[in-house]
Amino acid sequence: MLNFLEKNLPKIVLAPTTIAMIVCMYGFIVWTGLLSLTKSRMMPQWDFVGLDQYVRLFKNPRWDVAVDNLFIFLILFIVIALVLGLLLAIFLDQKIRVEGAIRTIYLYPMAISFIVTGTAWKWILNPGLGIEKLMNDWGFVGFEFRWLVEQDMAIYCIVIAAIWQSSGFVMALFLAGLRGVDDNLTKAAKMDGASTVRLYWHIILPLMRPVFFSAIVILTHIAIKSFDLVQALTGGGPGYASDLPANFMYTYTFNRSQIGIGAASAMIMLFGVLAVLIPYLYSELREKD
Amino acid sequence: MKNNKLTTLAASALLATTTSVSAGDVEVLHWWTSGGEAASVNYLKGKLSDAGVGWTDFAVAGGGGENAMTVLKSRAISGNPPTAAQIKGPSIQEWGDLGFLADINGVAEKNNWDDLLPAVVADVMKHEGKYVAAPVNVHRVNWMWSNPEVFRAAGATIPTTWDDFMVQAKKLQDAGYVALAHGGQPWQDATVFEAVVLGVGGADYYNKAFVEMDMDALNSDTTVEVFETFGNLRQFVDANAPGRDWNIATSMVIEGQAGMQIMGDWAKGEFKVAGKNVGTDFVCSAAPGTSGAHTFNVDSFAFFAQGTTSGTGAQNIMAAEILGTDFQTVFNLNKGSIPARLGVSRAEFDTCAHDSMDAFVASSASGSLVPSFAHGMALPSAVAGAVVDSATNFFNSSQSAEEGAAQLVASMAAAM
Amino acid sequence: MNKFNLLNINFGRAAIYFILFLFAFIYLAPLYVMFTTSLKDIEEIRSGNLMALPIDPTLYAWKKAWASACTGSECKGLAPYFWNSVRIVFPAVIISTILGAFNGYALAKWKFKGSEFLFGALLFGCFIPFQVILLPMAKLLGALGLANTVTGLVLVHVIYGIAFTTLFFRNYYVGIPTELVKAAKLDGASFLKIFRHIFIPLSTPIFVVTIIWQFTQIWNDFLFGVVYSGSGTQPITVALNNLVNTSVGGKEYNVDMAAAIIAALPTLIVYIIAGKYFVRGLTAGAVKG
Repeated sequence: MLNFLEKNLPKIVLAPTTIAMIVCMYGFIVWTGLLSLTKSRMMPQWDFVGLDQYVRLFKNPRWDVAVDNLFIFLILFIVIALVLGLLLAIFLDQKIRVEGAIRTIYLYPMAISFIVTGTAWKWILNPGLGIEKLMNDWGFVGFEFRWLVEQDMAIYCIVIAAIWQSSGFVMALFLAGLRGVDDNLTKAAKMDGASTVRLYWHIILPLMRPVFFSAIVILTHIAIKSFDLVQALTGGGPGYASDLPANFMYTYTFNRSQIGIGAASAMIMLFGVLAVLIPYLYSELREKD
Repeated sequence: MKNNKLTTLAASALLATTTSVSAGDVEVLHWWTSGGEAASVNYLKGKLSDAGVGWTDFAVAGGGGENAMTVLKSRAISGNPPTAAQIKGPSIQEWGDLGFLADINGVAEKNNWDDLLPAVVADVMKHEGKYVAAPVNVHRVNWMWSNPEVFRAAGATIPTTWDDFMVQAKKLQDAGYVALAHGGQPWQDATVFEAVVLGVGGADYYNKAFVEMDMDALNSDTTVEVFETFGNLRQFVDANAPGRDWNIATSMVIEGQAGMQIMGDWAKGEFKVAGKNVGTDFVCSAAPGTSGAHTFNVDSFAFFAQGTTSGTGAQNIMAAEILGTDFQTVFNLNKGSIPARLGVSRAEFDTCAHDSMDAFVASSASGSLVPSFAHGMALPSAVAGAVVDSATNFFNSSQSAEEGAAQLVASMAAAM
Repeated sequence: MNKFNLLNINFGRAAIYFILFLFAFIYLAPLYVMFTTSLKDIEEIRSGNLMALPIDPTLYAWKKAWASACTGSECKGLAPYFWNSVRIVFPAVIISTILGAFNGYALAKWKFKGSEFLFGALLFGCFIPFQVILLPMAKLLGALGLANTVTGLVLVHVIYGIAFTTLFFRNYYVGIPTELVKAAKLDGASFLKIFRHIFIPLSTPIFVVTIIWQFTQIWNDFLFGVVYSGSGTQPITVALNNLVNTSVGGKEYNVDMAAAIIAALPTLIVYIIAGKYFVRGLTAGAVKG
């Protein structure tokens, strides 16, 4: 008996997590999937109507806007945060005098919630209160910065605020990675006459691959959570121009009494995440072991 | 009423002798958080505590009740709904259909609600012929608030038609004022849109298109005309409007930065809190083209079925208290609206409220008393959402009137 | 030649310093604006400049935000909600971290058939948009009798935090040589003994990283907090949202800003004090994919 226990202890340890995962992640996803096939309106009900809700979803102009925004947001946010984080980490790795202080300054936005970030940036980006007014006060009379109130540009405000919040964290990840690089390696490369750029591009960057992996996982996680940021910064506006799919889903499920459409949009979001992540996770996890 | 008073009296007497006895607690979910609103809620809280009922405040602000509705749904689904929640219009029917609401017909009968409430109000409060909710007020949404000082300085007059509005607004703008104080949030865009629909299309069109969802009316030229007028308003709103809260827009009128605001009568609360007087410091008039008409918005508390008898008892006291003349008077003085019940003295109310009361009675006789779709009184929430989406998207884009009308019709049809 | 090189290097370093300080300024600006605004009175905010220092600094806004600002119809400031958050965050962080440590250990060093698959399946949990699980989770909490309780909220945070804590520990423990485990096994050491005597002593850096991450995530959570809390258990983010949206006769931006900083203060302090250990912990291997 004891022997059995000892032998299976790893599995026993993992059991609660596995149960929670099966019920609270996959179980709920299946529940949502089934719901998306029903005509549920205010509360879940189980009259199945096939793919009706998906058809309605794809005909909805607001959903189109939300999906387009998600692409803009995801790509710009992840790429810029990665590049900026990496560059700042490389610069900070050059034996800088006040490294500790600068590192803390770069890192602190990550400590703040999206609600607070959104509230602060709403203020800074508001033409009547923030940067535009500041520049006008300083004598640049014609200066205009109105992205927050322009239908086509509001989504970029969300990108800016999200990058501000997360790029310092990415910097910390890369800095940690750079510190792990063997000094002898760089010395040897320099002796061979490699330029700094070549050194980083051909030798150090490939070593950062695991860091890219962690950073992308964390940034994707943050991007999916940016629902709060949209709520606090633009409220989805002007109009619904800066809606993201999560906001769309929330509104339709809880405020519009269209739980069916909300569930359908949730499933599309999940499939999207799956389609991008599974190949990536698979290739990364496979190679390592 | 007598019974109600007796209950109150008995309860407060009880409270005086044995402080530990209480008639139970009510937990109330609401999103009334601005100045006049919060004061109104506090008055109800005080009234209930006099009656020995404890009040647990469950405020969830933001998004015009969006977060509050999310909380309510999750609480209902987890089998733990609050005692009462701020729900109104057709949503009451939706909740009733699902069997969540408590029957408070006993209280209603005892207090003669059928005689006290106007039929349009009573109908909304009933589910399958039984009262499940208590109305706290009747808002008139089609108001326009103006700063007479600004108009004087710009040499303009307060417009009564939409054509005149464009002329006068131009004058205000040329004199360096923001003509129309506005907050570019979807529900505010819809509030202005609603006023334009009523002013340009008239009550018949309003009812056909936005209450009965009649496709012929929606496809008519009137819809395009409405969007033309609505689109013309874009130029009179300042660039910072998107995302602005309604009461910040009101304060622009109060402080004389802007000439007018189209907003329901709750805006009056902000003028009052700022110490302004009606007539001299600000003027209330019907939104252009809608004088005599009345777009109503009735706030109410719907009662959720409770597991315990003490919960039901407290609920009944709360329901009775809400319809009491004291509460209806004070609450509506704070909130800017008019009492939902008859038999409340007019004396304490101001001229705006008198206008509103008169318009309510007159329009109800003439057929121009219409439910507000921007505030969830007229349409199922899915369709109402489609209208709000179309209005806000149109107002914030450079769509032509034809495009706006086409999108509206298509998305309403898709949501039905 | 030599001299030219030196100049070149100096110029390069100056440029690096310039860029680093420029970004430090950008990262700091929003916090600076929030902080100075919270010390101004409302008249000064209206008439003055966004970047200007307060002429006559006052703690009025801070006192009000903490003790007497209205959040709905109650006017008790943020104080009671602050303690609610504390009561939620501590148990949730501790439980999810301990579970993550055990899971990570089992997944990294006691592989069994299907353990890799289990890890992959769990990792997906990092990317579920939480809006999707709101309704079914409410149902589950209701069934468990935990609706609108602190316990229920802790449970939710633990369940949806496990994916990340497990990921962190698993990736860290993968880096510890398997030979150590094998040798210990030969000596007859058990699953728990090896964990306690070999892994725990090596785990300080990863505990720091995980705790900081979880603390930040849970403290800053709004969605779960608003949906699953009862009237007496609302966390500070919900109160902040109510406070910012509550206004009595005009908006008090200074109080809003003070409240936002108060809500962010615990996580800010954690980042400022423990930031060094955080980066060190990441360096110690947490970022290895």
